[in-house]
Amino acid sequence: MTDTGQDTRASDQPAERVPFMQRLLDNPFLLLFLGVAVPAVLYLMWGIMEVAQIPIAP
Amino acid sequence: MASIADTGTLPRAAEFRTCPDTGLKIDLAAEKLIRWNAVVAVVFLAIGGFFGLLVALTRWPAVHLLPAEWFYLALTAHGADVLLFWVIFFEIAILYFASAVLLNSRLAAPRIAWLGFWLMLAGALLANVAVLQGESSVMFTSYVPMQAAPHFYLGLILFAVGALVAVAVFFGTLVIAKDEGTYEGSVPLVTFGAIAAAVIAVFTITSGAIILIPTFFWSVGIISHIDPVMYKVVWWGMGHSSQQINVSAHVAVWYAIAAMVLGAKPLSEKVSRFAFLMYILFLQIAAAHHLLVEPGISSEWKIFNTSYALYLAVLGSLIHGLSVPGAIEAAQRRRGFTKGVFEWLRKAPWGNPAFSGMFLSLVMFGFLGGISGVVLGSEQINLILHNTMYVPGHFHGTVVAGTTLAFMAITYLVVPLIFRREIMFKKVAQWQPYVFGLGVAGISLFMMGAGTLGVSRRHWDITFSDAPVAFDYPGTAFLMMGLNGVFGVLAALGGLMYIVVVVWSVFFGERRTEEKARSEPLLPQDGAAAVATYGSEGTLKLPGTITLVAVFFVAFVLYYFVNWKFLSEVWPLS
Amino acid sequence: MAIHPPEKRIWWNEPLERSEVTWITIAFIWGLVMFFTMVFWHFTGEQNLSNEAYRIHPETFAERTEAMADQYTVREEGDTGIPVVHPPPGSDVYMLARLWEWWPILELEEGKDYRLHLSSMDWQHGFSLQPENINIQVHPGYELVLTLTPEGVGEYWVVCNEFCGIGHHQMVGKIYVVEAK
Repeated sequence: MTDTGQDTRASDQPAERVPFMQRLLDNPFLLLFLGVAVPAVLYLMWGIMEVAQIPIAP
Repeated sequence: MASIADTGTLPRAAEFRTCPDTGLKIDLAAEKLIRWNAVVAVVFLAIGGFFGLLVALTRWPAVHLLPAEWFYLALTAHGADVLLFWVIFFEIAILYFASAVLLNSRLAAPRIAWLGFWLMLAGALLANVAVLQGESSVMFTSYVPMQAAPHFYLGLILFAVGALVAVAVFFGTLVIAKDEGTYEGSVPLVTFGAIAAAVIAVFTITSGAIILIPTFFWSVGIISHIDPVMYKVVWWGMGHSSQQINVSAHVAVWYAIAAMVLGAKPLSEKVSRFAFLMYILFLQIAAAHHLLVEPGISSEWKIFNTSYALYLAVLGSLIHGLSVPGAIEAAQRRRGFTKGVFEWLRKAPWGNPAFSGMFLSLVMFGFLGGISGVVLGSEQINLILHNTMYVPGHFHGTVVAGTTLAFMAITYLVVPLIFRREIMFKKVAQWQPYVFGLGVAGISLFMMGAGTLGVSRRHWDITFSDAPVAFDYPGTAFLMMGLNGVFGVLAALGGLMYIVVVVWSVFFGERRTEEKARSEPLLPQDGAAAVATYGSEGTLKLPGTITLVAVFFVAFVLYYFVNWKFLSEVWPLS
Repeated sequence: MAIHPPEKRIWWNEPLERSEVTWITIAFIWGLVMFFTMVFWHFTGEQNLSNEAYRIHPETFAERTEAMADQYTVREEGDTGIPVVHPPPGSDVYMLARLWEWWPILELEEGKDYRLHLSSMDWQHGFSLQPENINIQVHPGYELVLTLTPEGVGEYWVVCNEFCGIGHHQMVGKIYVVEAK
């Protein structure tokens, strides 16, 4: 969805392909997904698992 | 994607005006929302700042203004009003500006944006009422099992939902702008920085909802128990990440001011956007900074998260630390200030509060807030700093010297461009960033000094006069807290100057007509021409910026290892 | 300008200037240094917080603390008669936090290891050992067990540095460090 919109408009350089990284950075919804998923997994889920695994005192 | 943007609205025939200063097309609905969000932000800054002054005067040992009960109430109100309400209202204004205005687009769903605004306002007022009633002096962090009144949590939840609505409007506007082809190619760098802030905001608000909603039910008795460690893990997903929204937003503001005042261009779009990507991916996990001395969480989790995944988000900040002053130096050198290493800096527009505020914010965020944050967030060093005054010392360096000063600085552009009023009391405005900046630098430094000496944060009486066991901190600590009070008063004066200038300009300022905009342009007319070549390869050599960055790096490394030395001297523990 | 879209449609392929590449490399390496310093300290440093922790009922923790106090109290102090407890070196010692005191007072021998157990009876508290300035969070329902080696004969204080209500500033405990017997 992102690149089709761009390619039609970037008529001055129609042949040049938009590099992968630029396509990533031009897609706010992909960034939104990554920016929520990465901390949700690394920080929240891993952290909650850590707390849940604390054993009961002997 | 278009369907998301259109939810709840039919395509609306937006009314636009053309900005005589920038040539940008401004949706009047967006403009009104920007104005109101900014005005309410400033009101909360005034309230929160007032409570901050009361806190500073109470912690000044010689003054010790408030009784204990009022002190803890004022401290709770100070935290909520400035850390949440001031910055987030202002950030919503920035999001609307960076989307609708910078992209020449209409704002998605203005009525929904107003709904978000009213929810935020209602929530913020409700939380303030709860705190002022005195039953919710639980501090900004409201750690369970200490309990606040239900409407305290409800207020925060309403505020968060409103902010989420506003962020959705921002994303919707991005879609509309793309679909309607209001700009060519990629979004501007400032808008990209705003996207980073908005992404972090979504994670922040989601974490807040996950924890505050059950806590609300606990406060009304529907849920019997909230685990205190679990609460803290999730709560900081909101509490710390909300400050990461600030970082992304104020870095975007630095770029915006450098562009608007000096015509500066990013040295490299690629490098600056990559740095923002590091923020999007890794900045938020540093919420672990607050959990380094909690029981039962593994060191693997602590080290990985506290280091922002091998310090990749710090890498992002270090990149901005080169590219923001670098862009300014390049613009100034193109303008002819090429003598020696620092002519570009000496002859920068220091009399323009937008520039001086921005540059002070940049320097202080780096030297005070940035370095101390990394040190404080080192797993083991945290043992000698956790919950001491060092912590507020650090975050007054980031949120006040960094974010608040940057937001104040851009206000001096927002008032003429968006409110279309001249800045009144120009002399006061010129001095304001210096007075406020000096005050905040003092607060930050002396709090950190007191913290290094062990002084506890959130503490009414460090003389322990009515404690059964007598104890005194060292005399130097009292000196530090006294100096913190003095500089707190100075910062409050700087804050007052800002509020007087802004309120007077917005409500009684001379209107900025189109003729006025033509005869006294706000933005440099030679800007675009001055920086003709684009991209790193075309920029001039930047000896000044490299010198600044080198000084910063040496300070960083030295200070970092000094603190490991301090740590090595305390009792062994394992 | 940063407020306009990039002029070149494809900006990702722009070459980087040498000073930028150098700085990014230095900054990246510095990040690795800082990361591995924390890892390294776990192996070589003497100050690492224990990860040994348990869920525990406050009553159970209180019982264990009282049992220790009953066995090893050497004297009482202050108007409230807080016991001063001198447990044998190497043993398990307990300190509980409650509104608004640290209980009991400990007397430890210099240079000896102790397994210190910390927990709270009610709200969160902050164990802040002064003037050493060691700070550890104390939670209700969780017991943290760490090995502590006191250094330097003298008086030390435990200030509460987590806000715990109106009497927070009165919450001070004490640890005596005496010469090893």
